[in-house]
Amino acid sequence: MLRLPPFEYLRPAGLEEAIRMRADAGPAGQFVAGGTDLWPNMKRRQETPAVVIDIAALPVLRGVAAGPGGGLRLGAGLRLSEVESQRDLLAAYGAVAHGASTISTPLLRNMGTLGGNLLLDTRCNYYDQTFEWRRSIDFCMKKDGDTCWVAPGSPRCWAVQSSDLAPVMVALGAEVTLRSTAGERSIPVAALYADDGMKFTTKRPEELLTAVTLPAPDGWRAVYRKVRRRGSFDFPVLGTAVWARLAGGGPEPLVEDVRIVLGAVGSAPLRARAAEDLLRGKPLTEEAMRAAGAAAWKPAKPMDNTDLTLGWRKDVVRPEVARALAELL
Amino acid sequence: MTSPPTRAARGRTVLHPLTVNGETKDVPFLPHETLLEVLRERMGLTGTKHGCELGECGACTVLVDGKPVLSCLLLALNAVGTKVETVEGLAEGGKLHPLQQAFVELGAAQCGYCTPGFLMTAKALLADRPRPDRPCLKDALAGNLCRCTGYLKIYEAVELAAERMAREKPPRGA
Amino acid sequence: MAPRKPGKVVGTAYLKVDGPDKVTGRTLFADDLALPRMLWCKLLRSPHAHARILAIDTAAAAAMPGVKAVLTGRDLPTPFGILPVSQDEHALCPDRVRFIGDPVAAVAAETEEQALEAAHAIRVDYERLPEIDSVQSALRTPEPLIHDYGDAGNVHKRIHLEFGDTEKGFAEADEIVEQNYFFEGNTHLPLEQHASLAVKTPDGKLCIWSSTQTPHYLHRALTKVLGMPAAHVRVVACPNGGGFGGKSDPFNHEIVVAKLALLTGRPVKIGLTREEVFYCHRGRHPTLMSVKAGVRRDGALTALHFRTQLDGGAYGSYGVASTYYTGALQTVTYRVPRYRFEGLRAFTNKPPCGPKRGHGTPQPRFALEVHMDRIAERLGLDPLEMRLRHLQPANSLTANFLQVGSMGLGKCLEEVRERSGWREKHGKLPRGRGVGLACSSYISGAGLPIYWNALPHSGVQLRLDRSGGVTAFCGATDIGQGSDTVLAGCVADVLGIDPLDVRVVTGDTDLTPVDLGSYSSRVTLMMGNAAVEAAERARALVAGAVAEKLGVPAERIALEDRRVFDLEDPAKGMTFQEACIAAEAKHGTLGTVGSYTPPRSPARFRGAGVGPSPAYSYQACVAEVEVDPETGEVKVPRIWIAHDVGRAINRTTTIGQVEGGVYMGLGEALMEEMAYRGNRGVVHKFPSMLEYKSPTTREMCEVETILVEDPDPNGPFGGKEAGQGPLLPVMPAVANAVFDAVGVRVDEIPVSAPKVLKALQRLAAGQEGRYGPAGLPAADYGEVTRVLPPWEGGDGRDMKKQEVGAGGVRGHIPGGK
Repeated sequence: MLRLPPFEYLRPAGLEEAIRMRADAGPAGQFVAGGTDLWPNMKRRQETPAVVIDIAALPVLRGVAAGPGGGLRLGAGLRLSEVESQRDLLAAYGAVAHGASTISTPLLRNMGTLGGNLLLDTRCNYYDQTFEWRRSIDFCMKKDGDTCWVAPGSPRCWAVQSSDLAPVMVALGAEVTLRSTAGERSIPVAALYADDGMKFTTKRPEELLTAVTLPAPDGWRAVYRKVRRRGSFDFPVLGTAVWARLAGGGPEPLVEDVRIVLGAVGSAPLRARAAEDLLRGKPLTEEAMRAAGAAAWKPAKPMDNTDLTLGWRKDVVRPEVARALAELL
Repeated sequence: MTSPPTRAARGRTVLHPLTVNGETKDVPFLPHETLLEVLRERMGLTGTKHGCELGECGACTVLVDGKPVLSCLLLALNAVGTKVETVEGLAEGGKLHPLQQAFVELGAAQCGYCTPGFLMTAKALLADRPRPDRPCLKDALAGNLCRCTGYLKIYEAVELAAERMAREKPPRGA
Repeated sequence: MAPRKPGKVVGTAYLKVDGPDKVTGRTLFADDLALPRMLWCKLLRSPHAHARILAIDTAAAAAMPGVKAVLTGRDLPTPFGILPVSQDEHALCPDRVRFIGDPVAAVAAETEEQALEAAHAIRVDYERLPEIDSVQSALRTPEPLIHDYGDAGNVHKRIHLEFGDTEKGFAEADEIVEQNYFFEGNTHLPLEQHASLAVKTPDGKLCIWSSTQTPHYLHRALTKVLGMPAAHVRVVACPNGGGFGGKSDPFNHEIVVAKLALLTGRPVKIGLTREEVFYCHRGRHPTLMSVKAGVRRDGALTALHFRTQLDGGAYGSYGVASTYYTGALQTVTYRVPRYRFEGLRAFTNKPPCGPKRGHGTPQPRFALEVHMDRIAERLGLDPLEMRLRHLQPANSLTANFLQVGSMGLGKCLEEVRERSGWREKHGKLPRGRGVGLACSSYISGAGLPIYWNALPHSGVQLRLDRSGGVTAFCGATDIGQGSDTVLAGCVADVLGIDPLDVRVVTGDTDLTPVDLGSYSSRVTLMMGNAAVEAAERARALVAGAVAEKLGVPAERIALEDRRVFDLEDPAKGMTFQEACIAAEAKHGTLGTVGSYTPPRSPARFRGAGVGPSPAYSYQACVAEVEVDPETGEVKVPRIWIAHDVGRAINRTTTIGQVEGGVYMGLGEALMEEMAYRGNRGVVHKFPSMLEYKSPTTREMCEVETILVEDPDPNGPFGGKEAGQGPLLPVMPAVANAVFDAVGVRVDEIPVSAPKVLKALQRLAAGQEGRYGPAGLPAADYGEVTRVLPPWEGGDGRDMKKQEVGAGGVRGHIPGGK
């Protein structure tokens, strides 16, 4: 059977101790919470930290509290099954609860965490393979090799941002809190991600993601749709998150503001700004939805490194964006 | 209750107390051993199966403090101080659990390899929702793969067990 | 002769005998076994798809902590393989690797981690060779040879058979319908990963416990490769955690742990990782097909011409048989007066293909059933009524000399027509929704064994004694299909006891009589017949003794409800245990045997060994689908399937087999595929449970199963197979339903969303709404063997040989060309 490589195990009693342990461990250290991303990676020898700092049980990471300005502050260590069933989230942040409910399987959602999903390692089917498999392709740029086999001429890695909650949080304009021995900072989730398969987050290695703050539910609406082969287990091959402020009722309300964010079509969540521009200030008609879908189709750049074909994954951006917009109503 | 250790040295086998199926034993294991390995290889509880060791099949499902989780992705260290339940603990006093009984009667176990995982997931489900409808059942079992049955006999067995359990133990307030 | 009538057990939903063990975690699968001082084995596998091994340096590995032995190909030079004609595998590659994952060296160490680390420390120098990734490239690349045997270049096997003059048949047709099809490879994906544990006993003998469907064939391979007397090798087949054909070959890892156990004197275990299971493979062959059918206006076929090209992967495995199977069973469902089959199998640098549930027949069945749908569309006929009109009759010979016995397909069609509301739905549902129909048939065991012999295919021994206990011994292996339950049920039914009163001992070459194995849907029929024979003999012993005691004729003795009594005075009798005591007193130690050998096929031509069976099961299936016209995504909410099982020995397990077959068929229809990348050698794209898509609870459809029971004279109690046939119609039924829903044809399996969308886009652009192969690469299928169909006076022999025998006339072909 596949087994973990040996490591030193540390279990801090609190946040301060956790970030100190991480600072002490240096590059050899790694936090683990749910373990549903890290342990498979370690079993496949994609990661081999010498020191693993277990923050799964820290109560401070598992709270739900009122955030500033009427928002909601979620501990990063909340289990995904808690996120999908959390009362406040279900009431006011349906897209977040729904997004969480689409992740992997019920069993993994009992283990995996909110923070873990946001920091999910980028995925690629040249990379998410055992050591033996990767040796047979002479490894890849992301681990032990030099070339990105998805685009061999490319200087960068094209592994895919495959978090379901990342596009949702970017669309909502949520913030994350990062903590290290150097202090605490909060940044928009959009600023957490970088468009590079290897360096896919701006979080410094020693920083711990402690909380996610959702904006006050002051009239906006949001939707998340996920495309994948099976209704369980599978990562998204396209995630569509839409956030909007609509004015006026009726079947075709006016779009005051809108954010459309695509997941799993690049190394970072992708803002479909041209599509947003088409919609802003106009009534949300069926035609507008279709036009927005077409505009979002353009920048989507799936590569041949996930399930299903890249041509199809790009094609379905059109209907998916249009359908997500329709779901707002 | 005991807590997991705050530190465990790489490559050193240490005795830790584990409570499995209601019995607490000191079990020797390494910090990087998963609960799956410890159950099967250190404790002889081979009823818990494995089909991938990467969280992609559900065969290794056990209950930790009543919640179904994958023992292949849980350090045994994380199980210290918890209550672990495996398929070996389902039958009580030599009597099959209603889920087990229904699985036998309806042929819900064909090759039987995924069966322990399904039984544990189903047990947790029925503790939470004693009379799940079909869609709820499908959702709850969506993390366990079966290649033999097409799931249909499994649904029927869980439903039969739920019905019998509800009859034996009327809901609170009734 | 009419089959035996069931008593009180057969035909009921009696409990599965291994159920309690399986729900309590007590069933010991191979990986659950451990022995004191056990070593762990890991294999070092090739990172190259095709390469010569220049040198292997194991010195560093051998010196590593915990390492007890290191093996390379030199230590196991004798080749093996499941078919006598394909002895092309080595336990460890001696000089050449043929796919990524081919094992090169093995380590035994105290822990699995130590074995793995040592395996990584083995240095192998390779010289890479050109890689072949498809049939096309195999045909294009006759050199270098992947194997130094085969019919031509890298073509492993060529087949060309013609039954009657098909050109004449096409000339008589009102319409000719031609199309090409492709069926992508897929794999078994049993939940249990293969595992084996071998031990050398102090008397120098070998024992191996393994997750194998075919202990007898593993026994033969071990005996051959290890050079040990067969009587000193014991193979115990553990219950399989799913097999589906994937554990039917003798495997390199089984031979390696046996050798390591002999060398080290310690128990040696191996448990494959999921990735390694993908390298064992032996699953569905990717198959390109072309079909040409001549039809009359009423849908009657005048001639059928099938071509198949199979991508065999790196080794022979069952491939020669698989290739024949892609041409064998087209004739048993609808009347085919003239039939021509050309097939070939190529070697490629991928994990070897072999027998997966349906073995070689799902691919042509998909093509044939979609083709029938096309024909009905072309002729403006209802595809169900058209099929009903032209069924192959019961108790008939087909063009290729297959002996059809009971034939319940007509009843199956009527059942699914009524249950599914076919008439109200087909062609009448709103766009995006549709229904599709397909039929199929499968063998209940092969008429001939894999290696030539005149021995029984299955044997059962019964032991009875004064305790009233009955033990049934048989070499068959329970892989989840319920063969232990069938064995207990057949014996209990004849002896009038409960199946739980029968202890079954199976799959152990030291203890049980030979049964050829759990493959080709043979066990219920063959083991069942052997069990009935043994039980009838035991019944005679018991009844004789009781008759003597009661002073009544033996014919008046009945066995029922654990009692043995006088039929005319049921109060007069005794318990089954008392009856056993009487029998043991009268006859001495009690034991009986039964065996089964299939009837001889009338076919005599070369290649006639594949296709004949004692009985054929039949299926009709209607699938209802929902197609998203914007994305091409297909959902299957419901399937109706009628299965002619002859007689359900156990209703629960029979329906379980049908539902399981539908499940696996649904996976093949929609999503399962063995995909490879060619840009870094021929590497498996995603050897994992996550990326190889097996349907979850969310994709599985509702299934309405209808059992049609048309008892077959050759089956035990009339029973036929249920394990494989019900998978077959699902893929074409889904493809036909997609056409009904959105008017496009996907002539490829799986029918995945990208293909459906592509076909829809083509249709919208005014092109043909189709996704599928344009054609087959040109190939030589070898010299034709012509056989006259029975109705043209044929006697099952190759015409050339027939004529030579009849007077030496050569080259004359009746029917004129």
